[in-house]
Amino acid sequence: MAGSATQADEKAAGLTSWPRLVVGPDAWQAAIEGLAEGRFTLSGLWGDEDMVHMALLLEQEGLRIITLPCPEGHFPSVGLKHAPAIRLERTIHDLFGLVPQAAFDGRPWLDHGHWGLRYPLGMRRAAIPEPYPFLSAEGEGVHQIAVGPVHAGIIEPGHFRFHANGETVVRLEARLGYAHKGTEALMRGADLDRAARLAGRVSGDSTVAYAIAFARAAETALGAQIPDRAHWLRALMAEMERLANHLGDVGAICNDASFSLMHAHCSILRELVLRASNVCFGHRLMRDCVSPGGVTRDLDPAHVPILRTLLAEIRKRFPELVSMYDNTASLQDRTVTSGIVKPELVQRFGAGGYVGRASGRDFDARRDLPYPPYDRLSFKVPVLREGDVNARVWIRIHEVEQSLALIDQILDWLPQGPVCIPVEPQAGESPALVEGFRGDILVWLRLDETGRVARCHLRDPSWFQWPLLEAAIEGNIVADFPLCNKSFNCSYSGCDL
Amino acid sequence: MHRLLFQALVNSPLTEQLDSDHAGELAGLASRLNEATRSRLGRSLSIRELDAGSCNGCELEINALSNAFYDLERFGLRFVASPRHADVLLITGPVTRNMQEALRKTYEAMPRPNWVVAVGDCAVDGGCFAGSYAVAGGAAQVIPVDLVVPGCPPSPASILRSLALLMTSPK
Repeated sequence: MAGSATQADEKAAGLTSWPRLVVGPDAWQAAIEGLAEGRFTLSGLWGDEDMVHMALLLEQEGLRIITLPCPEGHFPSVGLKHAPAIRLERTIHDLFGLVPQAAFDGRPWLDHGHWGLRYPLGMRRAAIPEPYPFLSAEGEGVHQIAVGPVHAGIIEPGHFRFHANGETVVRLEARLGYAHKGTEALMRGADLDRAARLAGRVSGDSTVAYAIAFARAAETALGAQIPDRAHWLRALMAEMERLANHLGDVGAICNDASFSLMHAHCSILRELVLRASNVCFGHRLMRDCVSPGGVTRDLDPAHVPILRTLLAEIRKRFPELVSMYDNTASLQDRTVTSGIVKPELVQRFGAGGYVGRASGRDFDARRDLPYPPYDRLSFKVPVLREGDVNARVWIRIHEVEQSLALIDQILDWLPQGPVCIPVEPQAGESPALVEGFRGDILVWLRLDETGRVARCHLRDPSWFQWPLLEAAIEGNIVADFPLCNKSFNCSYSGCDL
Repeated sequence: MHRLLFQALVNSPLTEQLDSDHAGELAGLASRLNEATRSRLGRSLSIRELDAGSCNGCELEINALSNAFYDLERFGLRFVASPRHADVLLITGPVTRNMQEALRKTYEAMPRPNWVVAVGDCAVDGGCFAGSYAVAGGAAQVIPVDLVVPGCPPSPASILRSLALLMTSPK
C-alpha cells in the first residue's frame, strides 16, 4: 500500500522510478531465455564496477533493470542467445574487461588498439594492438569493398566492409568506434553541470533529447520536482529538434536518390526551424538549454508569434514537397522496396524510432512510458509495416505533422511560472527513457553521496538499428547503400560514445 | 512540382548577405575571396571536411552552409570528396585516438599549398573531451593548423566568415 502511494506521488511529480533488482546467475539466465523467446525487449546492457546491468522492456510493467554481480570478472553471455546484445557485450569487455562467457563474438568493438591502454573503466592494462578480422563470405566472384572511416560526404566516421557479387551485396559488416571519445569515463566523478554538458554532446543532432534524458535521470535520482513550465518547454525544444531532423532527413534521403530539388527545399525548412530555435532559446541546436532542475532559457512571450509563423510556413510548404515526393516516379522507383527490414527482426532487436515504426513496431516512449507533458498532450504514433526506405520516409513525414500539432498544443497550454529549481546534490540512482527523433534514449545514472556521477550509461537508439541496416542491405545493390543508410540515419557518435 | 517551379520564378531568392548585423563585414566577402583564391591557386577553393570524432553537431552546421540561405558556392567555395582535390581541410571533433591515423593520412594526401581549419571547440583543443584517454585533444596535436573557429558548434555564418579570413590573411 505504502509502495503504491509513493508511486502515485512520484507520478504526480513527473518522476518515474523503475526498480533495479540484484539477481543471481539463475535469474540472469532466465532473463536471457525470456529475451530469446521474445517475451520482453532488451533496452540496454552495460558494465559497472564488478557487475553488469541489463534493462528489460516489459509489455505492461515498463522498464525493469537487473544487476548481476561478477566477482570473478565474467558473466553469462546474453548475445549467445540474443543477437542484439552482441555489440553491447563487446563494449562491456572493451571498457571494463568483464568477459561475456561463451560469447558468440569475442572481437573488440570500440577498442581499436590505439588508446595506449585496455579496459579504461575497469582494471586498466597495457594495450595489445591486434588485427581486426572481418566476417567473411565465400563464393565464386565474391569480392570485398572497403569504405571508410573517411567518407566522401560530410558525415560521421565509420567503416563499412561489403562482400559483393557483381553489384549485389552479399554481406555488409559495419565497424564503428572511430568517434569513441571516452564519454562514460569523463562522466565518472563529474558534477551534475559538467555531466549534463557531456550528455548533451553524445550525439549532436539529439542534444535536446539527451539533455532531457540525463536531466530526468538526475531529477528522479535526487527526488527533485521541477516546475511544470520546465516540462513543457523541454517538450517544445524536443519537438523542434524532431522537426528539424526529420525535415533534414526527408531531403537528404531524396538527395541520395539523386533528387536534389527535395533536398534544397527541405533544407530551407530545416534552416527556418533552426533560426526560430536560435531566436527563442539562444542556440540553433538548443544545446545546453536543458539542465537538471529545469531549463536554462525561458521562452519570451514575444517570441511565440515567431513559432506560430514557423508552423504556418511549414504547413504551407511541406505538403507540396510531400506530394512531389509521392508523385515523382523516378524517386519512388528508388525508395519503394529498397532496404526492407522485416517486422520480426525489428521486434527482436527492439528497434525504436522510424526504423521500428516503419516495420510495424508500435512503440514510442512518449506514449508508452509517458513523461510530462506528453501525458497531457494528444498525438498519434504512425506505424507502417512495409519496412522499406519509402516507409521510413513516410513515418518521418507523419511525425513532422504530429510535431507541428504538438508544438501548437504546447504553445496553447504552456503554463506560467518558474523554469528551473536548484537541485541538492546527494546520492541516488535512476534510469530515464526519452524519445529522441531517432528513437528511445536510455540513460542510467548513479550519483555518489557528494552528488557527483559514480556511473552514467547512455544508450543510443542506434545500438539496435545499426545491425538491422546490415540485414536491410543484403541482396540490394551496392549503389543503394547510401540511400538505405540515410533512411536509417543511425548515429555514429551516439554509439561510439 | 509545377507550382513549386512557378513559385521559384515569382518569389525572390532566399540567399542572403548573411545576417544583417554582419552585412557590412560580409558585403565584400565574395570579391575578396575570389581575388585571394585566384591569386594563390588560379581558381576557386576546394574544401575537404573530415570528422575526427565530433558529436555530429559541427557537421550539421557545415552541411547547412550549402542551403539556399548561405549558398557557399557563390563564394567560390565548394566541398570535394577527395583530399587529393582539396585546398582546405576542415576538421571537426577532438581527434579521437581511433581517428588520428585517418586524419594524418588524409592530410598527407592533400596537394600543397594547403590550409587546415579546426572547426568547433573540440577541434580547437579537445573541448569538453580534453584529457580523455581516447582523444588527442584537438587537431593541432596531430597536424599544423592555420585557423581555428571556436563554437559548439559555430554557426554557419561564423564558419563562412572564418574561411574568408583564412584566404585574405598572409600564409
